[in-house]
Amino acid sequence: MLTLIGVAIVVLGFALRLNPLLVVVAAAVATGLAAGLDLVGIVTEFGRAFTQNRYMALVWLTLPVIGMLEKNGLKEQAQALIARVGAATTGRVLMLYLVIRQVTASLGLTAFGGHAPMVRPLVAPMAEAAAENRYGELPPRIRFLIRAHAAATDNIGLFYGEDIFIAIGSVLLIKAFLDQAGYPLTPLQIALWAIPTAIAALLIQLFRLWRLDRRLQRELGNTP
Amino acid sequence: MSVLDGIYLLLGLMFAAAAWLNLKDRSNPKHLRRASFWALYAATFLFGTWLPPFVVGCLAIGMALLAGLGLGKSGAGEPSETERRAGAARLRNRLFVPALLIPLVTVLGTLLLQNYTPGGKPLVELKDATLVALGISVIVALAAGLYILRQPFAVSLTESRRLVDAVGPVVALPQLLAVLGAVFAVSGVGQVVAHLVGRFIPVDSVLAVVCAYCLGMALFTLVMGNAFAAFPVMTAGIGLPLIVKLHGGDAAIMGAIGMLAGYSGTLMTPLAANFNIVPAALLELPDQNGVIKVQIPTGLALLVVNTLLMYFLVFRF
Repeated sequence: MLTLIGVAIVVLGFALRLNPLLVVVAAAVATGLAAGLDLVGIVTEFGRAFTQNRYMALVWLTLPVIGMLEKNGLKEQAQALIARVGAATTGRVLMLYLVIRQVTASLGLTAFGGHAPMVRPLVAPMAEAAAENRYGELPPRIRFLIRAHAAATDNIGLFYGEDIFIAIGSVLLIKAFLDQAGYPLTPLQIALWAIPTAIAALLIQLFRLWRLDRRLQRELGNTP
Repeated sequence: MSVLDGIYLLLGLMFAAAAWLNLKDRSNPKHLRRASFWALYAATFLFGTWLPPFVVGCLAIGMALLAGLGLGKSGAGEPSETERRAGAARLRNRLFVPALLIPLVTVLGTLLLQNYTPGGKPLVELKDATLVALGISVIVALAAGLYILRQPFAVSLTESRRLVDAVGPVVALPQLLAVLGAVFAVSGVGQVVAHLVGRFIPVDSVLAVVCAYCLGMALFTLVMGNAFAAFPVMTAGIGLPLIVKLHGGDAAIMGAIGMLAGYSGTLMTPLAANFNIVPAALLELPDQNGVIKVQIPTGLALLVVNTLLMYFLVFRF
């Protein structure tokens, strides 16, 4: 039971808004000590896993390009482009992105999208611009709401799209685990059963984006 | 040294540049801390492949301590609106070219690296293909950007420093959470949780077993921040013994839908930092849980959907 102390530290630390890096390190050290590991062993495991997971940081390599484009007006140009499409609304921009993201992910093209390369420089500014074109200057609350929905749309498209692809990490993990347990399956047999959920996820998120448009209209629209 | 190590070197140089620019930033009274933070992170990429794990662990803990002390306010200014408007008016849609080159070259590069095997040997390890392709795509996009924008190379470094400072220490959070997951795994946290959940299920009820597995996947993912960590534990503890062996459910359906039930947890937890906390920082939201809050309704709805799908499908095929 004492090994759960790390979970408690994380829950408490995040709830109290302490510095997340410090919370995570404290939780890892406490868990390791509770499980009877010595401090040197914990720090060694720490370093090993930190190096092994360096790939998670590779996405930051896009920042020099994104930053330079932003400085030269990438967001402004994305907004200008959207301004020319009369039918564009925040919800519709994000719906289109959702469909593209989920379809490409289901083909294994998970690199097509992402928060740093796509959402910050392109999708979020377009979604914001679509609302600005209709309702003028946006209150910060609404601006942040739209950005949050843009990020969420990327996540949902990715999560529930990629599992249909047979060579993605999650499908291979399921296969490897069930193989070991004595249930040999092909990746296709597993990926097939991700399709009903993928369709449900698409419909639910499309519905929520439609509701987002309604909410913007209700809160910002000065109906005649 | 592998190709991927070379790409980590580039990333290390980028963070080293951020450290250097912060070191010279006299507007921030805590500029030494901010510079040290990025310098330590840069070191884990520049030398990580060759340093002993214990040393890397010390570097990472040092970063957390610095972040806990506070890094002060970065002096990197936003580019002015006049500059951005002038750029957009001058370059127009050409601005999209480098931005779109990143995903495009990554995708094409991945396909090429996975399939082009001169002499029967792949150019890079297959699991590294996407990562290497991403690195190459950035080099291509950067070259295109410098050419199209007619900007000196140094601009890309001052701009990446502006962005890493804007995101802040959260940049390293996904990696640290992966570390926490590894420590949880060697400490046996998963077994304790599975044992606790297992004690309270009425095993004879098909519905109760399915609910316990799906909810357990979501809850455990909520705690671990990662459905991949939850899957082996919950499946060994509940899915296989109760759904498949006791009640005769289909293993493929159990596995596929069980994993997807876990994703509901991913949508709702700050511990899935790269999906939830990092974009909040990247989009400069005042509330670090802003993305999670809009994902909760979709996450809960999909948890219900997955539980029902499992209940109606798993015993039928």
